[in-house]
Amino acid sequence: MRISVDSDKCEGHNRCYSLAPALFEVDDYGYATAAGDGVVPEGMEDKAQLAVDNCPEFAITIEE
Amino acid sequence: MSDKPTTSPVTDWRTDYDIFDPDYIADPFSVWDDLRQECPVAHTERWGESWLPTRYDDVVALARMVPALSSNDPIVVRPAEDTDENLVDGYRVVNAPPISADPPVHTWSRRLILPAFSPRMVAEYEVATRRLCKELIADFVDKGEVDGAVEYAQQIPPRVIAILLGIDPSKANTFVEWVRGVLEIGLSNPVVRKASSEAIRGFFFDEIADRRANPGDDMISDLIKIEIDGEPLTDHHIMGTCNLLLVAGIDTTWSGIGSALWHLATHPEDRQRLVDEPELIPTAIEEFLRAYSPVTMARLVKEEVDFNGCPFKPNDKVLMNFPGANRDPEQFEDADKVIIDREKNRHIAFGVGIHRCAGSNLARMEMQVAVEEFLAAIPVFSIKPGETTTWSGGQVRGPRLMPIVFPTNS
Repeated sequence: MRISVDSDKCEGHNRCYSLAPALFEVDDYGYATAAGDGVVPEGMEDKAQLAVDNCPEFAITIEE
Repeated sequence: MSDKPTTSPVTDWRTDYDIFDPDYIADPFSVWDDLRQECPVAHTERWGESWLPTRYDDVVALARMVPALSSNDPIVVRPAEDTDENLVDGYRVVNAPPISADPPVHTWSRRLILPAFSPRMVAEYEVATRRLCKELIADFVDKGEVDGAVEYAQQIPPRVIAILLGIDPSKANTFVEWVRGVLEIGLSNPVVRKASSEAIRGFFFDEIADRRANPGDDMISDLIKIEIDGEPLTDHHIMGTCNLLLVAGIDTTWSGIGSALWHLATHPEDRQRLVDEPELIPTAIEEFLRAYSPVTMARLVKEEVDFNGCPFKPNDKVLMNFPGANRDPEQFEDADKVIIDREKNRHIAFGVGIHRCAGSNLARMEMQVAVEEFLAAIPVFSIKPGETTTWSGGQVRGPRLMPIVFPTNS
C-alpha cells in the first residue's frame, strides 16, 4: 500500500499528521506530504485509511 | 440600547431566517435538518440580506468560489451603521488579513502567520497551556461548583494567545470583553461594536510602537521585521493581523472548550468513557468540533452568481454554515448522534479551502489539554440542577453561562 497527498488540494488541516504522524510529514506552513516514499509499513494500513477518511480536502489517496 | 437583538418571530425559515432567534440559538440543528430537505439554501432580508446553505457539498463548493465570493467582510451581519471599516469600490473591507483578504494579499499575508501555528510551534505552547488549566482548576476544585464557561473555558484562550502575541496575559478579561464586543454583542449593537473595535485598534497601535522601540521574541516583533517585495508591512496591516489573531483566537476556542464540557456534563456515559480511556480524547474532540462547530463565517458576493437557482447579488452575504454542513446526513453517518469514537470524520469546523483556520492546530491543542486536565481533576460533573446553559449565537456558538456541580474530595 502506498499513500500520496495532492499538494494542490492540501490546505494544511493537519488531520492526517495528527492521526498518523508516522505516515506524513508537514512543513512549517502545515502542508502535508507522504513520509519517505509513501509506502505504508505493514500493520499501518488502518492508520492510512483513517487519514484518508478524515481529510476535509479529499487530498489523500491510497494506491494498492 | 439592548445587548440582545430585537427580533420578530420567524414564520418561514426558508425565506426569512433569523440567526439571532432565541430558539435557533438554542437548537439550530432541527432548523438545518428541515431546510436541507425543503430548501437547502435559505434566504433572509434580516440583518442585511444573506443566504444560508445547509448541505455539506454546497458549503464546500461555496467556500471554494473565490473571488466571486469575497472574504473582504467576513462578519455574518451587515452593521446597522458603518463603523470604522473602509469602503473600497462600494464594498466594505474589514482590516484583519488574511481572513479578510482575497488572493493575492491573502496568499502572502497567510504565509506570514502559518509557521507560528505549525504542529511543531503549537507543541511549544502545550506546557504553558497545561499549567494554566491546572491553575484555573485549583481555584475551584474544592468548591464543588464552577461556571465551566466563565471560570474555565473563557479563561484559557485569551492567555494562550497573549503569550503568542507577546501581550499582557493579565489583561485577559479585557480582551474577552473587546472580542465579545466585536463578534457577539456588537453584531446587533453598533455602539458596542465601534467602541470595541477602536479599543482593539488603539491597543495594538500602542503595542506596535512599543515593539519598534523594544523588539522582543513575539509575533508583533516578528511582523515588524518582515519585508514584502523589499517593503516593510504597514502598521495598518500589522494591526489588522493582530486584530485577527486576538478576535479569532478567543471567542472560537473558548466556545469549543465550553461545548465539549457541556456535552460531557450532559452525557455521563461519554464522560466516563473518556475518564477510562483518555487516549480517546483527541478523537472525541474532533467529534465535538463536528457536532458543535462554533464558527460561522460569511462571504461577500462580488459577482452575480446563480447557485442552484439562487440569485446571489453583489453585496449579498453568503453564510459559511460550517456547523450545518457538519450535521448533513449525506456526508456523516448518524449525523445527529455524537459518537465520540467516530472514525470517519471529514468535518469542516475549521472551514475548508484557502481560508482554513490558520490557528486550528492551536485550537485543537487547547481543547484537548483543557478537557484532559478537567477530567483528570474532576472526573464526575453535571449541569447544576435547576440551572440552564446560556448559548451565544450568530457568528460564534458556544456556552456563555454553564453552572457545573461536582463531588469534592473533602
